Amino acid sequence: MNAETTSLLSSFLLLFEGDSYLWEIIGLSIRVSTTAVALSMLIGFPLGALLAVRNFRGRQFIIVLVNTLMSMPPVVVGLFIYLLLSRTGPLGVFNLLYTPTAMIIAQVVLVTPIVIALSNQHLRLEWQRIGEQLRSLQVQFSGALLTLLWETRAALATVVLAGFGRAIAEIGAVMIVGGNIDHLTRVMTTAVALETSKGNLELAIALGLVLLCISLLVNAMVHLASTWWQREVL
Amino acid sequence: MAQTLLALKAVEYQIGGKRLLKNLDINILRDSFTLVLGPNGAGKSLFLRLCHNLVKPTTGKLGWNTEQHQPPRQTMVFQSPVMLRRSALRNISYALQHQPRQHRLEQAMDALAWANLDHLANRTATLLSRGEQQQLALARAWAYKPEVLFLDEPTASLDPNACERVERLISLIREQGTQVIMSTHNLAQAQRLGETIIYIEEGEIVAHQSCENFFSAPSSSRAAAFIDREIMQKEVLTR
Repeated sequence: MNAETTSLLSSFLLLFEGDSYLWEIIGLSIRVSTTAVALSMLIGFPLGALLAVRNFRGRQFIIVLVNTLMSMPPVVVGLFIYLLLSRTGPLGVFNLLYTPTAMIIAQVVLVTPIVIALSNQHLRLEWQRIGEQLRSLQVQFSGALLTLLWETRAALATVVLAGFGRAIAEIGAVMIVGGNIDHLTRVMTTAVALETSKGNLELAIALGLVLLCISLLVNAMVHLASTWWQREVL
Repeated sequence: MAQTLLALKAVEYQIGGKRLLKNLDINILRDSFTLVLGPNGAGKSLFLRLCHNLVKPTTGKLGWNTEQHQPPRQTMVFQSPVMLRRSALRNISYALQHQPRQHRLEQAMDALAWANLDHLANRTATLLSRGEQQQLALARAWAYKPEVLFLDEPTASLDPNACERVERLISLIREQGTQVIMSTHNLAQAQRLGETIIYIEEGEIVAHQSCENFFSAPSSSRAAAFIDREIMQKEVLTR
């Protein structure tokens, strides 16, 4: 049996034996990314809806800006948040650098443009469908926005999942602002990089497998949600 | 002499330098079923949207002949029925936001029964047939209790049975005193339902007269040509 096969078998053992160190890393990853995505939804959905519904000066510029931010490299986001949170930075007094909160902030900055840009596309199409009817029924603006978000729920689910996929799989930003500190800010991606460089392939493979499974699960859910959405639209 | 319901004075609507509606000077009468007639692309739907305040005129003024000249309670049923992704019942109760919450479902059920659609109450509205959706849209409009109802080609692309049911519901709404303004390009329907005809071509009102006069002695040669064309087309199709 060669070394790679042995590492693979050991990694399965780690997973199924419930290795506490491994599950601690998985738990933190999911907690950080879920919180970040939830916050991104709270910020991104109303903004996406506003951009879809209101025509105002500068709207096109904001859409281009958001699309640009969507493809921002995570290390750049990490560096930007690092500068903000470092002791000499404007938010240094809060002592957030190298904490899970800093990682959540970085992921929110990464994911929110995705949520705004992708939700805006769906919301704009849906507003074209229902907007005049809601105005005709004299629905108040805030109520119309909520209705729009609810009517687009299946498409927005795909947006959330896409955002979660981006958050959980990125390494650059969380590495810079989290610092990959053992038992504090070590998440799956940073742990894989570290363990691989240390030659601890069992743990790296086990974490890689979990990441793959999460990615598969998220993609399957995106597929199901978009199929449901298309069926509902037709 | 019939009273004016809505007066348009020198109304125009432009977009991108194109005058889509022009020289609109007209009094829409109260208690007379007004049909807006014209070929495809003439501006009928835009005219209704403008009257319903969904689009603002570029120039000119609209004046409602109501107490304090405030726009009356009004709504519109569109050519493609707009359904929310929820049950038929919830589609109607959604329109009743001005009512106390506890009465909404009950009133929505009454509206479904009124349109003979009670058997569809729990079905997802977006999955209903086009004819059923249009009847549901009319039931929703009825439940909304508007003083003025705009109908934008509500029977376009419906089969004859669904068309008949929709026309029956429209008549019922009218009988209850709702002022109805409806667009169509179907001459037979205009003759069946209309009392006053507004004929629009290329964004301009070409004729405005009683239905009887419009068909016996149209006041414009363009309107006469439209009637001849439509009749000829129908004859060719039935031959």
